[in-house]
Amino acid sequence: MASHDAVGSMQGVITEESIWNGGRSPYAIGSKKLGMWLFILSDAITFSALLMAYSYVRVGSPLWPRPFGPSSIANATVMTFVLLSSSVSMVLAVRAAKLGERSQTVKWILATMLGGVAFDVLHIREWLGLIAEGVRLFRNPWGTPLFGATFFGLTGLHMTHVTLGVIYLGIIAVGVHRSKFTSEDVEVSGLYWHFVDLVWMFIFPLVYLMSAKFA
Amino acid sequence: MITHQTGEHVQGKRIFIYVWCYLLALTLIEVVLAYQQLNLKTMLVILMGLSVIKATLIISYFMHLRYERLSLVVTLMPALIFVIGMMFAAFPDSLRLLQLGIR
Repeated sequence: MASHDAVGSMQGVITEESIWNGGRSPYAIGSKKLGMWLFILSDAITFSALLMAYSYVRVGSPLWPRPFGPSSIANATVMTFVLLSSSVSMVLAVRAAKLGERSQTVKWILATMLGGVAFDVLHIREWLGLIAEGVRLFRNPWGTPLFGATFFGLTGLHMTHVTLGVIYLGIIAVGVHRSKFTSEDVEVSGLYWHFVDLVWMFIFPLVYLMSAKFA
Repeated sequence: MITHQTGEHVQGKRIFIYVWCYLLALTLIEVVLAYQQLNLKTMLVILMGLSVIKATLIISYFMHLRYERLSLVVTLMPALIFVIGMMFAAFPDSLRLLQLGIR
C-alpha cells in the first residue's frame, strides 16, 4: 500500500536508504558515537552527584582534614599533567585513524595507555601512603570521619574508570592493528578517555586543592 | 548503511597543543590559588569556575563537540547543566550545616 509518511523516500516505496530504514544518522554521527555520548552523559551525572555530595560535606564540616602537604599536591599536579598529556596523545590517535595511518594510530593509543597506567601507579602509591598514615573509610587520625569515605570513594571510582579505559584502549589498539576496527571506533574510545580526564579536572581542585595543608 | 552527512574533516595538530597549554596553565593557576588561603566559599567558586572553563575546552576541542551538529550539543549539554543545577540547589544548606557547628 502506498505510504505518504516516509520523508525522503518515493511514495509507496520504503527504500534501503529511506529515513525509516536507518538511512539517516542521528545528529549526523554514527550510532556508536551517539551511544557513547549518552553513556558519558549518564556517567557525568553519576560523578556530579558524588562530587556534589562530597562538596556539601566538605563545606559543611569545620573539622575537615587538610592532609595534603606540598609533596601530595605536587604528586596530584603531576597526575593531572599525565592525564592531560594522555588526552592529547588520544586526540592524535584519533587524528591518525582518520588519516588512515594504522601504525601511528596504534602508537598514539599505546602512549595514551601508558599515561593511564602511570596515573594509576602514582595514585595507588598515594593511596598506600594515606592508608599507612591511618586513613580508613570511616576513620582517620585528623578530623571528620567522612574524609576517607569521600576521598576513597571518589578517587576509587575515577581510578576504576581509568583502569577500565586502559583495558578498553588496549582492545581498540589490538583491533586497529589487525585492521578490524575503524576510525569511528578509535574516536568513540577517545570520547571515553577524554571524559575520564574531564572528571579528574573536577576531582583535582575539589578534593586535593580544597584540602591542601597550609604551612 | 548509515551515511554520514558531515564530511570528516581532519584538524591540524596545532590547535590541540594550544588547548593543552591552556589546560596546563589553568591547572597551575588553580594550584597557586590553593595556597592563597582564601575564604573557603570564594575558593570553591573560583576553582569551580576555572574547572568549568577547562571542561569546556576539553569537551569542545578534544571531544570535538565544537565541530558537531548543533542539535547534538543542544541534546547533551542543557540536560547535563540542568541536572547539575538541580543538585546545586541544595548546596546552600551546607553553609547552614557549617553554622550549626556540628563537629
